[in-house]
Amino acid sequence: MKKDPRVVFGRCVVYGLAWTVLAFLVLPMIIVVPVSFTDQYYLSLPKEELSLQHYAAFFEKEIWLAATLDSVIVATFSTVMALLLGTLCAIGCWRLASNAAESVRTFMLTPIIVPTIVQALAMYRFWIDLGIMDTYFGLILAHTLIAIPYVVITVSASLANFDVRLEQASRNLGASTSQTIRWVILPSIVPGMLSGALFAFTISFDEIVVALFITSRNVYTLPKRIWDGIQDHLDPTIASIATMLIAVTLALLLTELWARQRRRARLTARIEAGEG
Amino acid sequence: MHASLRRVYWWLIAPAVLLMLVFYIYPLIQVLWISVTDPVPGLGNYSELIDRALIHRIWMTTIRVCVITTAITVVAGYIVAYTMAQVGERQRTWMMFCVLLTFWLSVLIRAFAWVMLLRTQGLINTGLQELGLIDQPLRLVRNEFGVIVGMVHFMLPLAVLPIYSNMTGIQERLVSAARGLGASPWVAFKDVYLPLSKPGLISATILVFVFSLGFFITPALLGGGKVVMISEYIQVSFEETLRWGQATMLASTLLFSVFLSLALVARFVDLKKVFGAR
Repeated sequence: MKKDPRVVFGRCVVYGLAWTVLAFLVLPMIIVVPVSFTDQYYLSLPKEELSLQHYAAFFEKEIWLAATLDSVIVATFSTVMALLLGTLCAIGCWRLASNAAESVRTFMLTPIIVPTIVQALAMYRFWIDLGIMDTYFGLILAHTLIAIPYVVITVSASLANFDVRLEQASRNLGASTSQTIRWVILPSIVPGMLSGALFAFTISFDEIVVALFITSRNVYTLPKRIWDGIQDHLDPTIASIATMLIAVTLALLLTELWARQRRRARLTARIEAGEG
Repeated sequence: MHASLRRVYWWLIAPAVLLMLVFYIYPLIQVLWISVTDPVPGLGNYSELIDRALIHRIWMTTIRVCVITTAITVVAGYIVAYTMAQVGERQRTWMMFCVLLTFWLSVLIRAFAWVMLLRTQGLINTGLQELGLIDQPLRLVRNEFGVIVGMVHFMLPLAVLPIYSNMTGIQERLVSAARGLGASPWVAFKDVYLPLSKPGLISATILVFVFSLGFFITPALLGGGKVVMISEYIQVSFEETLRWGQATMLASTLLFSVFLSLALVARFVDLKKVFGAR
């Protein structure tokens, strides 16, 4: 069939528009990298030469390092908690497969839907009553609650592809519930748990609204420092932090793509070997 | 399954559910409760929704910004997703890469980057001035324009991903068949492809609208106190005036609006699919 010139033209316009939108998406990230190497004391592109002064500021100033450490501590603990609770919940719901279990799973998604400001206000009030304002425990608890739904979603998704008969076989062969979970179910949902953990960590590491409400001086996370820095005078150190975060995100994403490609290659190889 | 075995599985679910009930749901109920009891029992706080012009204005701003953001995001997201569904493997990987990179990058960092670009002495203004295209800096931030730019940027991946995942299930043959039967490219798209991609489009619209309604970070940073949306006003009325009654009333209203929007669309689509629970 001969290509209709109208189709070709229309296609070019649509593709052009799509790439324009994508350029809009990555533009801020592309700009922030050169800005982080500026030799000026304010946010701008480098004038005379490239400088690492704003990176040095991050690594030398106590407040930035302390904030990063706080964020890592909080994110690590809340990831572990969310992963544990979320995975068990997803397994239970999946295995029960009843209407009640289905409702439980839907219920666990509440924190995704509730606006962050509303949950921040609610937690503030209750955390005062509990006496856990401005403590690591308080913030870890809050972030665990916010992250659980994402673990439930990702683990449920990988359980959906898991054959229930494997679990029954394991039981028929005499394995207990904990043995079945440990040796049969867990290994096959590791990818789902990994992406759930990644979600949980990122969410906690990036969370600002609840942190603004329920912490003040004792716990000072990186997003809170960045928030202050933006509000005050647009501290150029933030550009260097942004660049480092972009690099980390990029590395994680590339690893993920690479792992996926390798899985696919291995699968193809196996299929070919099986057929040959 | 044996009853005893069922009980074991309920025990797996219990810790997460209990934690959620005690530390999440109960505090939310407390907010609703305070909104009708502080400072005096009754619906006094809610009468402000009708009486106070300021609160009217804030709600109007919120809804306007959300509707504009949703419209732009969904259309732009559709174009990206459609192109991704059409192009070859290589180009698609690159496009997906751009979307995912944005999706995973810190919200705060993205808002920061936009402030840096758009403010009066920002890179866009200084750039345009150096090129001699403008004399006076353009006002790009601390107004609805800036807020919408930042919000569209945040929401785009949330629109592209569901639309694209729906499109991968559409059989391209149907469009070819329509063309073969004499439909013009536009008619084939409008009458065949578009209706087939409607589930993804609806999911994206709900997601973006619901998240926009309660969005705090980007409007607060790019609005710079000039464009006050409901979330930011809740923070202000809580932190600066310490009016718990008003803050909780607005929070409850926001919560109701979100659930109302979801309840309205739940009649047309399976929400569990939208939020990826299935």
